[in-house]
Amino acid sequence: MTAPLLGMLGAQTLAELRARWRVAAFSVTSLVLPVVFFTFFGLPYASQTFPDGVSVGAYLLVSFAAYGVGNVMVYGFGIGVANERGMKVDLLMRATPLPPAVAVLAKVLVALAFALVSIVVLIVFGVVVGGIRQDLTVWLQVIARLLAGSMPFVGLGFAIGYTAGPHAAPALANLIYLPLSFASGLFLPVSQLPGFVQKIAPYLPSYHYGQLAWSAVGARAEPLAVSLAWLAGYTVVFLAIAMRAYRREETRKFA
Amino acid sequence: MSPDTTSVVELNDLTKRYGDVQALRGITLRIAAGEIVAMLGPNGAGKTTSLSLMLGLRRPSSGDVRLFGLPPTDRRARSRAGVMLQESGAPGVLTVRELIALFASYYPAPLPVEQALAMAGLEDKAAARVATLSGGQRQRLYFALAVGGNPEALFLDEPTVGMDIEARRAFVAGIQALAGAGKSVIFTTHYLREAEELATRIVVIDRGVVIADATPRALMARVAGKRVSFTVAEPLPADAFAGLVISALDVSDGRVRFLTSEPETALRRLFARGVEPRDLEVAGADLEEAVLSLTRRPEGA
Repeated sequence: MTAPLLGMLGAQTLAELRARWRVAAFSVTSLVLPVVFFTFFGLPYASQTFPDGVSVGAYLLVSFAAYGVGNVMVYGFGIGVANERGMKVDLLMRATPLPPAVAVLAKVLVALAFALVSIVVLIVFGVVVGGIRQDLTVWLQVIARLLAGSMPFVGLGFAIGYTAGPHAAPALANLIYLPLSFASGLFLPVSQLPGFVQKIAPYLPSYHYGQLAWSAVGARAEPLAVSLAWLAGYTVVFLAIAMRAYRREETRKFA
Repeated sequence: MSPDTTSVVELNDLTKRYGDVQALRGITLRIAAGEIVAMLGPNGAGKTTSLSLMLGLRRPSSGDVRLFGLPPTDRRARSRAGVMLQESGAPGVLTVRELIALFASYYPAPLPVEQALAMAGLEDKAAARVATLSGGQRQRLYFALAVGGNPEALFLDEPTVGMDIEARRAFVAGIQALAGAGKSVIFTTHYLREAEELATRIVVIDRGVVIADATPRALMARVAGKRVSFTVAEPLPADAFAGLVISALDVSDGRVRFLTSEPETALRRLFARGVEPRDLEVAGADLEEAVLSLTRRPEGA
């Protein structure tokens, strides 16, 4: 006889939600940081429009939303997994009947919930404070696309979490994710970045992630299929790195 | 398969090597339902490794492991086993009650959370975050997590290390209650008193092999000899102890100590070899010494 998997998933998800929420460094950063960045970099241009008629405010708002979702994934998984390894919670869980897939799924669900809240908070802020107007369907499409396209950052988070120790993980996450976001045009439009960065940008995962959001608010962007192919490719690469690090640790700790 | 006829644990000629270190050298062990087994031995003897293999936390180098007749990683097997490990951690931001409830959700027929709290003596700490617990309280929490799933068998690695007297008392009472309820308990320990007090069976492991496997009473009868000690004025002849049935021989600063179940014979032969003992003492060996004698190679062997 075994316990029902759905019950385990529910309990595990609730526990993850509580654990994440109580770590202020995570919950506050996830929800507040995109708003703060948008206030500095986006709000001053909120009422302007690009020559092609696209709202600069909406463009920057969804850029920071993309940054915020990636942030939740990279930090949530990177630091979360590294901490669990550091505190040897993995050892505690390993002897229980909880299937590892259920534990991972619970983490993904909680991360998606945080990501959703971070987008909604930012959009509400942009609408109320910045006076940015888009149809509700546009906002809903932005939310759906950003959540669905966030898997490369889940992979990147896992890769960091299984590679770095609990002390190195936050630094490594910053070192990778912040420059990645800048270089991909999530803070400033790609056209305003230095020339050599503009050349690198089209090879970065967050650049193609940003495309999902930019095209949703009407900006000219690459075909959706191209973005999705890049994102799928990066997901595979990051998960492969994470799996390698995970296997290496398995051999060391549990072989 | 019914739980009554399936062994809780079956180890068949199990070996485990870590790099250059041969941790287990062929362990064969069958533990039946309802047994309270203490795995006893010095540090590095292979107790924790044996337990890890039983639970599928590590893979054996060779040999076969069954947990409730299944591979130990099988969820159906794990659902019948509660586990308390020596070096695991716990998520610090959850409360004690939350963590126990979470673990209960992993098992098919868990205890009510209140009951697990009570068994571990953690009622006062139910609302405390795990990170704020002392070492002894944390150890009690791990015990609560192990029993909270209401498993048929408990596997406890050095369960009382770090427990204060009160926690240890609660733990002993908890084990006795579980034994009374027909559960199996397999625990490793350094504390011989603990093994004697709780176990129905003691398995002594040394250097990766089982060197004794008996009830506490039988183990005492087998090894409980006398501790003989005396002083000698002159250096001992090289072959003074040859052929004597003694163990744990220790000669330092002219003081000779050993264990034997036949002190009269040993002394008679020493006299015959010209040894003149002074300050002779012959006393009953306690269990600690008795088991120690088993874990050392017999002299002259």
